[in-house]
Amino acid sequence: MSAREEILERLRGALKDAPAVPEVPRTYRTAVDAPEDERISVLVDRLEDYKAGVTVVEESGVGPRIAELLDGAASYVVPAGIEEAWFADADAAQPGRRRSDSRTEPLTVTELDGTSAVVTVSAVSVAETGTIILDGSEGVGRRAISLIPDHHVCVVRAADITMILPEALRRLDGTRPLTWISGPSATSDIELERVEGVHGPRTLDVIIVRS
Amino acid sequence: MSTYLGMPTLPVYGKGNLNAVDSFPAAARRELGNTQLRANLEHATHTIRDKRLRVVGELADWEDLRSAGSAVKESVMARLPELLEEFEKNFTARGGIIHWARDAGEANGIVADLIRAEGVDEVVKVKSMATQEIGLNEYLEEQGIAAFETDLAELIVQLDHDKPSHILVPAIHKNRTQVRDIFLREMPGVDPDLTNEPAKLAEAARSHLRRKFLSSKVAISGANFAIAESGTLAVVESEGNGRMCLTLPETLITVMGVEKLLPAWSDLEVFMQLLPRSSTGERMNPYTSLWTGVTEGDGPQNVHLVLVDNGRSAALADEMGRSALHCIRCSACMNVCPVYERTGGHAYGSTYPGPIGAILSPMMTGIQSEENSSLPYASSLCGACYDACPVKINIPEILVHLRSVDVESKRAKKVPTQMDLMMKGASWAFSRGRNLGLLEKGLPLGRLAAGRKRKITKLPGIAAGWTHSRDIPAPPAQSFRDWWAREHEGGRAAAEPAQGEKKA
Repeated sequence: MSAREEILERLRGALKDAPAVPEVPRTYRTAVDAPEDERISVLVDRLEDYKAGVTVVEESGVGPRIAELLDGAASYVVPAGIEEAWFADADAAQPGRRRSDSRTEPLTVTELDGTSAVVTVSAVSVAETGTIILDGSEGVGRRAISLIPDHHVCVVRAADITMILPEALRRLDGTRPLTWISGPSATSDIELERVEGVHGPRTLDVIIVRS
Repeated sequence: MSTYLGMPTLPVYGKGNLNAVDSFPAAARRELGNTQLRANLEHATHTIRDKRLRVVGELADWEDLRSAGSAVKESVMARLPELLEEFEKNFTARGGIIHWARDAGEANGIVADLIRAEGVDEVVKVKSMATQEIGLNEYLEEQGIAAFETDLAELIVQLDHDKPSHILVPAIHKNRTQVRDIFLREMPGVDPDLTNEPAKLAEAARSHLRRKFLSSKVAISGANFAIAESGTLAVVESEGNGRMCLTLPETLITVMGVEKLLPAWSDLEVFMQLLPRSSTGERMNPYTSLWTGVTEGDGPQNVHLVLVDNGRSAALADEMGRSALHCIRCSACMNVCPVYERTGGHAYGSTYPGPIGAILSPMMTGIQSEENSSLPYASSLCGACYDACPVKINIPEILVHLRSVDVESKRAKKVPTQMDLMMKGASWAFSRGRNLGLLEKGLPLGRLAAGRKRKITKLPGIAAGWTHSRDIPAPPAQSFRDWWAREHEGGRAAAEPAQGEKKA
């Protein structure tokens, strides 16, 4: 008998008492009706708690804020499909440092390691837990680009912010490669005290765009 | 649901790092002698308890989430074979390859063969309880393959040639100064002026591992969840070492126990609220990665999953104890446990320490394996673990159940044991009031044994276990039943003064 058959047989044998399959009580919150201002203010509070940098701007403020955050960065990478207009200011300030990445034309790991920053959008973000979710779609990009550069700038549109986690997960396709980010990389491994800055990007800046 | 029609089978137990080597009382005595360990553990467990309570208190629907989590896991166990087949179908359809392993040895062999097939002798690893359990690192070392742990606490333990003592923070028994000393001693090229600041220590780990992450061809991980309806795997972490391992290498080998399934995507919303708050006391852990088979042009292109039984089917067969398999490895139970707080994780011997380990280890190995029968007694049954458990595993109830399994397993011998005789005596004494009364006539004997210091300090036989660490006060001259009979002998007249006393 193959290992597969044998294990399945053992498990069936272990369940020979035919235990009942219980109904799952879904009495927890699955949606919270909160206006945009509240969703933004909770997300800001949570991100700041994680030691991420946060600014809230109008659409017109995205370009100037990106330029400020990238001031001094030798190079930065953006995923294919991200809003081109957001980079006019940064490129005017210091041209020639933008690199583009896509699944068909990816940068190498070495190239990404030599890149100072990355700018992406989020697929959806959760206010209550301060979580930004990336799903590899247009404007979000491959997983490697938001991992290797040490500075991640993420543009989050207010319409993409949900109050709680169940609302966010219902907007996602779970079969895409997903990365959930709640603050810069951190560890609680020494005396169970949280310290920011380990292997993932050590600086996370979030730009929230009002509708 | 189909009814099982196969031949009845004996449980097949697990192997690997699941055994207490010394009995818990002996190991606990040794560990308790380490005052530095006790100070480190007290500090760490109290820090995390406060954090957990704060973030759990924030959620008005915490108890609803626990109930949902418990019911989801119960339904997973009841439907495990069909859910595994569903998961396999979906994971495979998206380019993943599944391997099945009956036990630790088979799993280790599969992983080593997969690594060799890629032509490398070095791999990076994300922290994984399953690979600890099967002793993968030791096996790979024997095979000439170097496995680099990348989680900070695992790295500390590996560099120190030590063993993990906690499922979430394997180096919880080390304080910052000890960590600094380990890095200075064992980490090649480390800054000799390294201080004991946690931020500096984290930075040292970052530069130590960066090259490895960027150049490794093969990574090994565990998995926190596997979603049957989509074939999706999830790893929950903090440092980004997980993302590095799950994203950059060409080949990813995941090792997972068969019980880790969730039926549907919608179940994840429950567990990703329960797990981070219960484990590190955060609203959400910094990073969670999910992948479904292979995504072209993004992440590893050879994706393997080794599904491990190793005693889980034996645990599932125990109707009273199978809910131990609901465990999501958050570690809340050990963080609140008064026994764990004092002895630390090494006293339990197994990869799984603390309250959950005290039930899971003997269920996976069989109660008679090595010293595992001592583990269900490593508890005062205070119930703090049950209150803290995000999926409501009734650990105290299972501990008591396993104590009875232990007693039963030792009864089969021809000559009755001391425990058998004591239980027999107790059964006789408590079966009739008259019997107990007869026994109580022996109280003066106890007073005699206690002597002038009015304390019994040494009992004979297995009862010596009780007096090993505490004295028994001298029994009273008169038993309660005797006193009651005397007080009430004359009916109301005798009873009234007692009531009067109460009022005054």
